[in-house]
Amino acid sequence: MRRSQGRRVAWVAGAVLLLLGITAAAAPWLTPYVPDGIDLANRRAAPSIAHLFGTDELGRDVLTRTLFGARISLVIGLLAAAVTSVVGVTIGVVSGYVRGWIDNVLMRLTDAMLSVPRLPLLMIAAAILEPSVPALIIIIGLAGWMETARIVRAEFLSLKERAYVEAARSVGMQPARIVVRHLLPGAAPAAVVAATLAVGRAIMLESAMSFFGVGIQPPQPSLGNMLYQAQTSMSSEPWLAFFPGVFIFLTVLTVYVVGADLGARELR
Amino acid sequence: MLGFVVRRVLQAVPLLLLISVLVFALIHAAPGGPLEMYLANPNVRPEDIERLRVALGLDRPIAEQYVAWLKGFIVGEWGYSFTDGRPVLQRLLERLPATLELIASAVVVAALVALPLGVFGALRKGGWVDHTTTVVSFAGISLPVFWVGLLLQLVFAVALGWLPSSGRASFGDGNLPDRLSHLIMPAVVLAAVHAAAWSRFLRSSMGTAVQQRFILAARARGIQERRVVWWHALRNALLPFVTVLMMDAAIMVTGAVITESVFAWPGLGSLFTEALARRDYTVLMAFLMMTSAAVVFLNLAADVFYHALDPRVRVR
Repeated sequence: MRRSQGRRVAWVAGAVLLLLGITAAAAPWLTPYVPDGIDLANRRAAPSIAHLFGTDELGRDVLTRTLFGARISLVIGLLAAAVTSVVGVTIGVVSGYVRGWIDNVLMRLTDAMLSVPRLPLLMIAAAILEPSVPALIIIIGLAGWMETARIVRAEFLSLKERAYVEAARSVGMQPARIVVRHLLPGAAPAAVVAATLAVGRAIMLESAMSFFGVGIQPPQPSLGNMLYQAQTSMSSEPWLAFFPGVFIFLTVLTVYVVGADLGARELR
Repeated sequence: MLGFVVRRVLQAVPLLLLISVLVFALIHAAPGGPLEMYLANPNVRPEDIERLRVALGLDRPIAEQYVAWLKGFIVGEWGYSFTDGRPVLQRLLERLPATLELIASAVVVAALVALPLGVFGALRKGGWVDHTTTVVSFAGISLPVFWVGLLLQLVFAVALGWLPSSGRASFGDGNLPDRLSHLIMPAVVLAAVHAAAWSRFLRSSMGTAVQQRFILAARARGIQERRVVWWHALRNALLPFVTVLMMDAAIMVTGAVITESVFAWPGLGSLFTEALARRDYTVLMAFLMMTSAAVVFLNLAADVFYHALDPRVRVR
């Protein structure tokens, strides 16, 4: 009963997420405005039919900027999670299959990386690198591989002991082939769940970094830097602080709900 | 027991060394090195930069610099701030009390919310408390901390005017009611993230605890249900809960950085953002090392604590 209910919630979340994705992807065709189109006659306008989310201090349409910001956030979230997964799976596979001192070194590195508070680490890295979208994708991706590596390693440790792997070994199958054909498919579901959660985390980190001015740089809109700019004028124009945050919240929430459901399926 | 503690401490040492290498490498990966800030400043002459480079030892081989920095770090000589020339250690220590006050309050608030939610959720799985907790906890981990901070400021400081929007006190050190009114919003924001996750965790550990046979035995002996739940079962469920609480230290540091700068709370987190804006690398390095070391220490403490309180893990 509860399971099927949770499933339904996950489907709804998936649908909302898809809708958010499509809206963000189609942003240029959905709105008559451009994200940095300044309209000084219409500054600080409250939400209306012409500007559903209102306008900011330069008269730019907040809905348009929010959609373009969501676009960047989703791109960064997905690609950073891809970087995270590639690095995490590689480290997890090497650690879990080769074992020995390499495993030891890699796992201590994982512990070390998990001990350094992630957002401050990323903020320093971004400040050093002169932020651009590719740089953000890479550093956010590289700051997140530890969870995936641990999960994949754990899967490998248990899968390696299975009889079918033993059988493959005994008929003289090459280790690389065993990893690719027999072990990776077994570890894939767990890695997918970890990747989903990594998307949510990456979006959250990017928005926080942009909020602190070390992520996406204005005038390019991002959900985080819009909230930063809203800080100064939010008492008179609260809509500036409201809508971008709702988008971050909805995106991350739906990603997590879908991820949790995938995780629950995997457990059965 | 002592052997276990010694072993765990010995494991923490290489971990801290590895962290120090990571932190050092990160800071020195900056294109202009730690003096990058001055390179862009037209008022600083090239010969001055050269002099600074020599004075700070930046002309020496990188390995030598690392060893010198590490040695200094161990004995408490953390260098001088690039922005105001004061000792870094002093700058961090004077901000520490505010951060500890904030984090401690947030932990108390989060635990007070998580306790009843987790317990009732576990007792009536599938009940409305349980459902609400699940929904709220998903919402909690998905809410951007800085956005929640902004919204609370908007509602309670701007619209209603009930609470001050920022700072730690209105005047000087303030009096108790004044200090409390400044503390409420940042503490609640910081607590929100953890209350959500902790209530879910407690729900599952409480769920395991009430199914154990000593609970059945306690009920069979006719002990009041309230006592069985809040004393016998909860005591067992709290054990893993307290360790999770300590393990969340790294997340708490991140949360404190965000919360403190939204509410201009004069703690370590806002020191970090100030230092970042001015590329004050000595402060940044010290901040990362100090917080990472705190995380390592708390993880260690969690292990030792668990080990001391739960005889079952000792048998292995």
